Amino acid sequence: MATAALEPAVDRAALLEFLLRIGDNALILGHRVSEWCGHSPALEEDIALANTALDLIGQTQLWLGLAGEVEGKGRSADDLAYLRDGYDFRNILLVERPNGDFGKTLMRQFLFDAWHYLLLKALKGLTEKRIAEIAEKAFKEVSYHLDRSRDLVIRLGDGTAESHRRMQEALDDLWPYTGEMFAADAVDAALVEAGVIPEPQSLKAGWDEIVAEALTEGTLKKPADGYMHKGGRRGVHTEHLGFILSEMQFLQRAYPGATW
Amino acid sequence: MSSEWPLWEVFIRGQHGLNHRHVGSLHAPDAEMAINNARDVYTRRNEGVSIWVVRSSEITASAPSEKGPLFDPSNSKVYRHPTFFDIPDEVGHM
Repeated sequence: MATAALEPAVDRAALLEFLLRIGDNALILGHRVSEWCGHSPALEEDIALANTALDLIGQTQLWLGLAGEVEGKGRSADDLAYLRDGYDFRNILLVERPNGDFGKTLMRQFLFDAWHYLLLKALKGLTEKRIAEIAEKAFKEVSYHLDRSRDLVIRLGDGTAESHRRMQEALDDLWPYTGEMFAADAVDAALVEAGVIPEPQSLKAGWDEIVAEALTEGTLKKPADGYMHKGGRRGVHTEHLGFILSEMQFLQRAYPGATW
Repeated sequence: MSSEWPLWEVFIRGQHGLNHRHVGSLHAPDAEMAINNARDVYTRRNEGVSIWVVRSSEITASAPSEKGPLFDPSNSKVYRHPTFFDIPDEVGHM
């Protein structure tokens, strides 16, 4: 990948925080989705989910690679993925939710994809070239992720009574984790000011539209916006993240520097 | 679950200018999903620029028992091969 210089005026600490947030979202969701490998209800779905997981892990390498560069302490993407502890992770809580059944995994994917799509679309056109380049590449992959998860949410929502019930339950269960996607703090404010990221709230209208359209078509009822769980973006996670990390990081922790 | 889905034959065009080639089959509930599944199953290594899918049940095949009458007669028609022309060197490999 061509390496343009980073914009010198941008606050390095804020930039690092943002890169960890977007990179950790991809990493943790990628790992979650990879848990389906060999367990999906059909061979075709198994491969499709594995592809999605691999896309996300590929994006993680780019985001965390840049994060390591910005941090300037010589840490690689692998170091950041495998050698940080839970409170150092910055992913939103939605992506660490357990897979549940196939429908719930797809609902989580759809809610995330719709936002991820809009975020990357906005990042592509902003000033920080290194970020725009990664966003450009990831956007194509995520456009397909969204097409697929939206399609399946509609099909399963508007499918049998059983599939409809499961999708509605998944939606109700995951909805309180969607608010964190649009939360903003001082880090976001600094980067919005510098023209590096879009205002998080500015993605909400587009997300509402994509989600509402799919839910209507899938005969699913959008839950009311009530209490929204937050914390992942500042390192306060649910108990689920620890289990993910213990599995994901085991090898590097037990055999430091192991390669194959 | 997948056994309830119909079978689809998948054809991929590897490059512009080439024909679609049969690459295999898969299960899917309808054509749109068959295309998606084909993308995920058969084009993971950058194999394609275009996908066709068709319900396997829509394909009419010649019967193996008809093999003799259908194909044997052309065995002895050597004059149908364009091997009796002199090809100029400039044409190169054909």
